Amino acid sequence: MGDKRPRSFYILALFFTAYVLFLYGPMIAIYILSFQGPDGGLTFPMNGVSLTWFGKVFSGGGIVDIGAAFKRSLALGLVVMVITVVLSVAAGMAFRKPFRGASVLFYTAIASLIMPSIITSLGIALEFRLIDDFINKHAADYGLGWLAEGHTTAMGLFTSGLGAHLTWTLPFGLLIMFAIFNRFDGRLEEAARDLGATPWQTFRHVVLPIILPSVVGIGLFGFTLSWDELARSSQAIGSVNTLPLELQGLTTTVTKPDIYALGTLTSAVSFVVIFAALSVILVLQARQRRQGSDAGKGMV
Amino acid sequence: MLSWARQTFPAPSIRIDRFSPVAVTIDNSPDTIAPADSGLRRLAMRSIAWLQAGPMMLVFALFFLLPLVLVVIVSVWDYNEYEMIPALSFRGYTDTFEGCVANLPELCTILKTYLKTLKLCLLTWGLTLLIGFWVAYFLAFHVRSKTWQIVLSLLCTIPFWTSNVIRMIAWIPLLGRNGLVNQGLVGAGFVNKPIEWLLFSEFSVVLALVHLFTFFMVVPIFNSMIRIDKRLIEAAYDAGASGWQTLVNIVIPLSKPGIVIGSIFVITIVMGDFVTIGVMGGQQIASAGKIIEARLSALQFPAAAANAVILLGITIIIISALTRIVDVRKEL
Repeated sequence: MGDKRPRSFYILALFFTAYVLFLYGPMIAIYILSFQGPDGGLTFPMNGVSLTWFGKVFSGGGIVDIGAAFKRSLALGLVVMVITVVLSVAAGMAFRKPFRGASVLFYTAIASLIMPSIITSLGIALEFRLIDDFINKHAADYGLGWLAEGHTTAMGLFTSGLGAHLTWTLPFGLLIMFAIFNRFDGRLEEAARDLGATPWQTFRHVVLPIILPSVVGIGLFGFTLSWDELARSSQAIGSVNTLPLELQGLTTTVTKPDIYALGTLTSAVSFVVIFAALSVILVLQARQRRQGSDAGKGMV
Repeated sequence: MLSWARQTFPAPSIRIDRFSPVAVTIDNSPDTIAPADSGLRRLAMRSIAWLQAGPMMLVFALFFLLPLVLVVIVSVWDYNEYEMIPALSFRGYTDTFEGCVANLPELCTILKTYLKTLKLCLLTWGLTLLIGFWVAYFLAFHVRSKTWQIVLSLLCTIPFWTSNVIRMIAWIPLLGRNGLVNQGLVGAGFVNKPIEWLLFSEFSVVLALVHLFTFFMVVPIFNSMIRIDKRLIEAAYDAGASGWQTLVNIVIPLSKPGIVIGSIFVITIVMGDFVTIGVMGGQQIASAGKIIEARLSALQFPAAAANAVILLGITIIIISALTRIVDVRKEL
């Protein structure tokens, strides 16, 4: 393969460009349309430029309580992110050595990843319904009458909803950890051990700083996947809705560009998180290059 | 046992990892344990591993495995208008297949729905495979600088981190009756009046599914391709193989694991989908996932569970057929 680009390069470059346009074009269209003038409709042309529809979203005019859904999704996303990072890093460390149950956990994670979401969602809904039935009927038998009193449902944002989101984010976290440790030089840990570091010190001062950029990546997946999660939450979230669920509900009823404004705002949060995470990753890597040891250099 | 997965499973993180300058060598050295206190230490090590992996296993047990078991159990429960009754009954299944035998040769609702779902699935699979393969091929073989590879991969990944619903809504201004496409077509005189089937139709469903899920095809295929030893391709070139021959005899066979893994992702997503089909089909198109949703909103839990078991069974059959075609583990 010489230096001259073959003709196929130009054809595929064109194809790739078309794919990227296909990915971004529609999204950009609604970002533009969310600035539609007050008399504008759901489609082009733009009928003036205004912030009318953003105002509508913020004032809650006409649409359900978006602010509350926004806060709920944000809180859930952050909790999911933290749990995903902690559990994935911990489990990833465990997988570095064979342990009994390793393959069970691995296949469970893969199954959870590819399981049609509606089935997971249904299962969690059933689980919590059965718990509710049990509490309502039998709590008094065990002297736990107070539990049944006023009990409506155990389902909620941070019980069933959190669980549903974790079944989706944890497999990603685990697979990212596999990818990290697949490229990790175990001799660094051995060196730390030889120098008398405790396992915790080895993790805290050697392993963690090296894997930190990727751990930020796990956090990015954890938050964004939860922030946008819809299918698994649909049956398992209880009485309150997350932002994507509200958005989905709006698709059938709304005929005004406020849905675009809401979409733009939701995407803005995603983009802020994505670019914040990517910047942190870049900064961390730059720091590693600057301050990291020269271990491994010249060995590859 | 897990090495195949560790080494080649398409962690959708390749982008992030590729940033990492810390990659040094792969650690294959077994941990050396002093023989003297090995028994005790091994016990300690094992309990540490369980402490580390336990929390994740617990989450999966509570929110994935137990719910699955409950789905299977409840699918053979009885039910009435407003609650499920814990008594053995196959009503969930018999209700689902109602009229399937009686109305032959006319297809019953459930079969029609599954055929429709399979059709959408097949179309989406074919298109995502075609697009995903060439996008991955371009990234893996034509983009030479690492930096560009990262930038372009990120470009493909960013939409995956944004909301699916918004990416569906995004088609409305383009495909609607007064959307850009129709404006263009009418304006250019290709059609007299706006085309109606662009939005809220099977066309828009497949378009949105391809739009949303080609990513799941690109990542594993790219991951397979990037592992292909470039010298193989040079050797084929030197031996006089045409580009096409190289593609068919080297690149495609060696990308098979990625293709199969991507296919499993896309097929399982589409088979169970009810959100995309709902939104983009204008809530008018039935699908396997939507049946479950409908049964649930009617509070017919055992019927919903029975449908989930059927869907699960069909999905498992498709996956095992795919893994039969290519032994993923052997290939990797």
